[in-house]
Amino acid sequence: MSELIAKDREVVVPGQIVAKGMDFLPSQGTYRNKENVIANRLGILSVDGKVLKTMPLAGRYMPKKDDTIIGKVIDILVSGWRFDINSPYSAVLPLKDASFDYIARGADLTKYFGLEDYAIVKITNVTSQNLVDLTVKGQGLRRLRGGRIIKVNCHKVPRIIGKQGSMVSLIKDATNCKIVVGQNGWIWLQGEPEMETLVYKAIKLIERESHTKGLTDRVKELLNNKGGKK
Amino acid sequence: MNQEIKDHIRNSLKKGVRLDGRKLDELRPVELETDVLSTAEGSAKVKFGDAEIFVGVKMALEKPYPDTPDDGVLMVNAELLPMSNPEFESGPPSIDSIEASRVIDRGIRESKSIDTKSLCIEKGEQVWSISVDVAPVNYDGNLIDMGGFGALAAIKTARFPEITEDGVDYHKRTNKKIVVKKLPIPITVCKIGDSLIVDPTEEEESLIDARLTITSLDKDNICALQKGGDYPLSMEDIDAMVDLAMKKASELRKKLEAL
Repeated sequence: MSELIAKDREVVVPGQIVAKGMDFLPSQGTYRNKENVIANRLGILSVDGKVLKTMPLAGRYMPKKDDTIIGKVIDILVSGWRFDINSPYSAVLPLKDASFDYIARGADLTKYFGLEDYAIVKITNVTSQNLVDLTVKGQGLRRLRGGRIIKVNCHKVPRIIGKQGSMVSLIKDATNCKIVVGQNGWIWLQGEPEMETLVYKAIKLIERESHTKGLTDRVKELLNNKGGKK
Repeated sequence: MNQEIKDHIRNSLKKGVRLDGRKLDELRPVELETDVLSTAEGSAKVKFGDAEIFVGVKMALEKPYPDTPDDGVLMVNAELLPMSNPEFESGPPSIDSIEASRVIDRGIRESKSIDTKSLCIEKGEQVWSISVDVAPVNYDGNLIDMGGFGALAAIKTARFPEITEDGVDYHKRTNKKIVVKKLPIPITVCKIGDSLIVDPTEEEESLIDARLTITSLDKDNICALQKGGDYPLSMEDIDAMVDLAMKKASELRKKLEAL
């Protein structure tokens, strides 16, 4: 007989038995030991039919294929750039994915991306050894010029974006700032200085209170009170 | 740091806005807790926003220096621990950590706020030596101000251990406290472009043109100064910086007087 021991949306800790029996399947953040399905992360348990996974509450970003993220150049290689992507693993942007131009052999690569530059990039591949490949060919992908970066817990990114981007559009409309949210928890924004700090406050509010109800209303209230456009 | 982000911070400052939304002369929210470490005779945990440090005071019996046979010994040491910031490396102390130690030490020493004569037990033979350690656990700029503030809180709440025939019994604490006569509070005022700011974050610290640490006592007496940064300061700058530092120091002093 299979039995679910922890409830859906309950906080589980590593080593906790979340279900017994072969009818449940372990997924991300859980594993099977004989009859038992056991959590290996601190997080919220999600039960989707037979599939059990834990959604982590905190921790670093784990690269996933097709994620759009913001990265920072930390090294210039012979044939590409190495990016810091707020993850335990660094990522490589190869020359062929860096520009539509023809880049001649021996060209000065800092013309395209210099050290410490930020860019919106997309992950094209993550190998089993966690080697990460990036591209800047695609809609909206580019080197970032001007503006500023703020860093948040990457597990709160879905709340910052909201359903179909509702939360981030709310902030954009109220402040007239350009905002790009990377899946890795780095956010780029550009606008008037007062408005940028308002965006910063709104995003920090979402990060702090992401688990509570009525968050959208509180964000709206903050934006209205602090001089954002209605 | 990225040059474009540096320019961005400078441009925002020109309009009187800082990245975290503070005013130019506004400190981050200050939190102070004392008696947090059981193994130290006195301790304090200080938070300025996200920046967090611990300060510990240890006391030991030592032979005094020959030129000051009836004075106790005071030592202040600040370290930039690699744990507190990815930029810091282990190894011999960096210039910045030596500067922080010396400036915090200078404020307490030159203000004569600690009565070193009262630390003497037997002239020429035995005095208390007080060592203050400042350890950042989350570095986000402004170590000198936080360290100076925390050091005073830790010294003020420290209690002497009991002296027995075999030496010092650190498990037993007496009710005797160090006599702190004045409260020298360091405030670092930074100049970026034409703006003067206090309590810089790590990002802001990286683009300072000039900075001046002003350690002041109540009734507006200055007891120590330290200038840093590559650019010079005019007389008007210094006047404005001193006024700002005095004002901010009195805000922090209120928290210490409550201890």
